[in-house]
Amino acid sequence: MSPAPLLSAFRQSLGEAWAGGAGALLPLGFLGGAAVLVPLGIGSDTDTLKAVGPGILWVALALSSLVTLERIFQADAEDGTLDLWLQAGAPVSAIAAAKTLAHWLSAGLPLALFSPLLALMFQAEARPVLLINAGLYALGSLAFFFWGAVGAALSATVRRGGLLISLIALPLYVPTAIFGALAMSGGPGSAGAPLLLGASTLFACAIAPFAMSAALRLAAD
Amino acid sequence: MQSEAAPLLTGTGLGMIRGERMLFREIGLEVRPGDALVLRGANGTGKTTLLRILAGLTRPETGSVNRPAAIHWFGHREGLKPQETPRAHLDLWAQAWGSNADIASILAGMGLARPADVAARYLSAGQRRRTALARLLLEQRPVWLLDEPYTALDAEGRARVDGLIADHRAQGGAVVAAIHGEAGFAATSELAL
Repeated sequence: MSPAPLLSAFRQSLGEAWAGGAGALLPLGFLGGAAVLVPLGIGSDTDTLKAVGPGILWVALALSSLVTLERIFQADAEDGTLDLWLQAGAPVSAIAAAKTLAHWLSAGLPLALFSPLLALMFQAEARPVLLINAGLYALGSLAFFFWGAVGAALSATVRRGGLLISLIALPLYVPTAIFGALAMSGGPGSAGAPLLLGASTLFACAIAPFAMSAALRLAAD
Repeated sequence: MQSEAAPLLTGTGLGMIRGERMLFREIGLEVRPGDALVLRGANGTGKTTLLRILAGLTRPETGSVNRPAAIHWFGHREGLKPQETPRAHLDLWAQAWGSNADIASILAGMGLARPADVAARYLSAGQRRRTALARLLLEQRPVWLLDEPYTALDAEGRARVDGLIADHRAQGGAVVAAIHGEAGFAATSELAL
């Protein structure tokens, strides 16, 4: 199999993400807004904020990953591109994975890179561990995007499928959220949690493309 | 033309149900090099569905399709992204299909030299159709499945479509097209749905 169709799918998705519609800044704004609201909601007590900060960021990250997912396959189904990708001569699962990866690069990775700044708002001290945490957020968000893309593929032909995506994807986010929050808690079991977080991400990357492929074939049917 | 050659596309016993309604049943067809099969039928009789089945995009309720040759799909929807220019669109698919066709000359041949760098959302419907048609020329594939290829095209555009189809058939290709009204090329057979 030649990798050319995958590169094209990747390139097309990146172009789409930056051309507006599913602008990469939207999830960033959502994440920032959610993180700003939390201290207003639970008070400005330093110790409380410090304790809940990493967990709140995981929740905000999970939710903001859903913001732009609705369009990644729906647009293709509407404009006929999906029909072309189904006939591009590459496995549909690989095409879907390439598109998801492009989407994560334009919307998910910026979220993770933005997270140290938000952590400071939760009274975290500016230490190198914030960068390690950013890496963990990046790893976790990859799983969020792959599971979310399964929901997006399943609702590709559904009008206003955003809610449907949330219902499908949020239960699948659970392992990532658990291990991610555990890895940053510093409590018992937190030493091995990054490995389990990595495992849950690998699992998502391995399984989700096949689910997307089946869903996209149904969407074209 | 060359009826001895092996078929490029064969459908046997094709039947399809949409909702509660049977669209068609027991459709058999065979397309050989040089053939042009025209699908006829009123709106909603299943021409597009049959073409999608032939393309492998939709699964038929009954029957099967054998596709020994590569297929080009040209549907209602052009597959253009709003921000894509015709040139970028053809570049992308040339890359995806591993084609090294001369895109500038394809654009010129389709009358797209002038709007080649205009984003698709500013193109007219006819220009979008022409861009999608130009995709057929990126890679030589023996079977073309065309769903209403004349839609939105002016007289000159329709003549270009006829020219493309004639060239393709002369090179041993075959065409299956759903068409309303007059076809500008000589069909070898017609199938009424």
